[in-house]
Amino acid sequence: MAATAGRAEAAPRVEARGVSLRAGLVTGAFLLASLAVGLAVGPVHIGAAAILRSALSYVPFLHVHQPLGAVDRAVLWQLRAPRVALAALVGGMLAVAGASYQGVFRNPLADPYLLGVAGGAGLGATLAIVYASASAAGTHWTVPLAAFGGAIAAVVVTYALGRSAGAVHTSAALVLAGVTVATFTAAVQTFVQQRHTDVLQNVYSWLLGGFSTATWSDVAICAPYVAVSSLVLILHRRVLDVLSLGDDEASSLGIDVGRARLTIVVAATLGTAAAVAVSGLIAFVGIIVPHTIRLLVSTSYRAVLPLSLLAGAGFLVLADVLARTVLSPAELPIGVVTAFFGAPFFAVVLRTSRGGR
Amino acid sequence: MIETRDLWVRFGPVAAVRELSLRAESGGWTALIGPNGAGKTSALRALAGLVPYDGEVLLDGRDVRRLGRRAVARLVAFVPQKPETPPALTVAEYVLLGRTPHIAYLGGEGRQDREAATQALRRLELEEFAERPLGSLSGGELQRAVLARALAQEAPVLLLDEPTTALDLGRQQLVLELVDALRRDGLTVVTTMHDLTLAGQYAERLVLLDGGSVVAEGTAAEVLSAPNVAAHYGANVRVVEDEAGVFVLPLRTR
Repeated sequence: MAATAGRAEAAPRVEARGVSLRAGLVTGAFLLASLAVGLAVGPVHIGAAAILRSALSYVPFLHVHQPLGAVDRAVLWQLRAPRVALAALVGGMLAVAGASYQGVFRNPLADPYLLGVAGGAGLGATLAIVYASASAAGTHWTVPLAAFGGAIAAVVVTYALGRSAGAVHTSAALVLAGVTVATFTAAVQTFVQQRHTDVLQNVYSWLLGGFSTATWSDVAICAPYVAVSSLVLILHRRVLDVLSLGDDEASSLGIDVGRARLTIVVAATLGTAAAVAVSGLIAFVGIIVPHTIRLLVSTSYRAVLPLSLLAGAGFLVLADVLARTVLSPAELPIGVVTAFFGAPFFAVVLRTSRGGR
Repeated sequence: MIETRDLWVRFGPVAAVRELSLRAESGGWTALIGPNGAGKTSALRALAGLVPYDGEVLLDGRDVRRLGRRAVARLVAFVPQKPETPPALTVAEYVLLGRTPHIAYLGGEGRQDREAATQALRRLELEEFAERPLGSLSGGELQRAVLARALAQEAPVLLLDEPTTALDLGRQQLVLELVDALRRDGLTVVTTMHDLTLAGQYAERLVLLDGGSVVAEGTAAEVLSAPNVAAHYGANVRVVEDEAGVFVLPLRTR
């Protein structure tokens, strides 16, 4: 000690790392680039400059001349833009919900569909396609509404089942209840689907997910849920870090673990259900994106949640670009793209950044 | 000061702790000892408010159940036997999580919290480790980080479940000396302990539990007799007592 007394000791840096400037800028730039690619790529060629000027022409008092003709304008703003916006909303939502589920259940393989959202939505959509769409009662909104309702109902059943199984406090009971509900809804869904093979194609293409029918009204329906849900989840970023110490320690640090878990699950589920309702079941996003952030940036939820929101949005926009261009004019189901490109990408990230974080 | 009156902890039909009445004074160190399954950890977890119990737990005379969870967390810090230490978290980040009871539910750390965490790091001589990830620490360093996190909580009562398991002899002494220094600062320390000699060396009061009930309590000399250890641990020991303390030495039966 005497030897070090003379030299000014640097105070240790005692602070929690959140989103670093660099990570924030890189992720933000990735999202912007993805949005630009999403708007620019398609069978009708529209240049980047024209897109920018066309966008600016809608800004009042700027007096930028609209450079596009009526057809190009419709292609850009009525076909591509809602599709890009919806893919971004859904991608961001699934990624941030996946990250939250992984945190709240302290299970790296948890995804937003863990508590039966997928099974419930699948069953709801299948029932709607089979029984309502064919009848006069069916509208454009029947399937999304049924999927949303099915997803929420499944998670409510899961939660009730997990609670009655003994413990709000042990997340294992909830996860098992989720598996039970998912298995059961999948059984019923398959049964209904097999009894009505005439609509098998419709059911199948809904299950695989996609944005080919995206409209601005889909965006308007989905956006409030995504906004509120991701805001609530991101506000819980420090709580999720505390929960990573385990239920006992979080509890002895003054956190009501049961209530915190319920709040996070409700927020993540509502957002996920809204996303699934307008896009179908898109796998992998909720797992790959948060883990990539963890491997490349930080495991703290203060970084993982906001960055997952941005990166998930960009990732799904790019995946959708591939889905609509690879077999153009036909479309690939987007779930195939997320899995096909996501899995190897994840494998590379896993291999190149060893241990530590 | 933390106190229990007629405390029962039940898991279904099984009572893990029976009629425990305990009083741990400020600046004192109480060790809960006893064989496996005696109820030491359950008693400690009840003191921390982590398991449901019957009876009363009082903090400076106030019923814990009347205080909110956060209020209790400001008064009692608990360190489990195997704390979760997320490997990528830095020591400083981990210690800052100890400030949770002082931070609004959805809030972030302020200057005061950073200062308290810095002080806790300094107290456990961890300043140079502040930016190291937990995954890179040795067992002894990690245990100090865990203590620093508990200390950052600034709670007057410190509950430690087996604070020295998985540490070598030197590290055990180091950690226990640090805990003793915190006790001298005025903390109320309650620990469960397996090593009877170490328990006798550091705690001024031992409470021997068996089958959930207190079977002996008092100083090391009073509690750590060969017949007591034989009766409750089923162990054959020689107890050596001299001016340096009481030593419980295992003897092979044949």
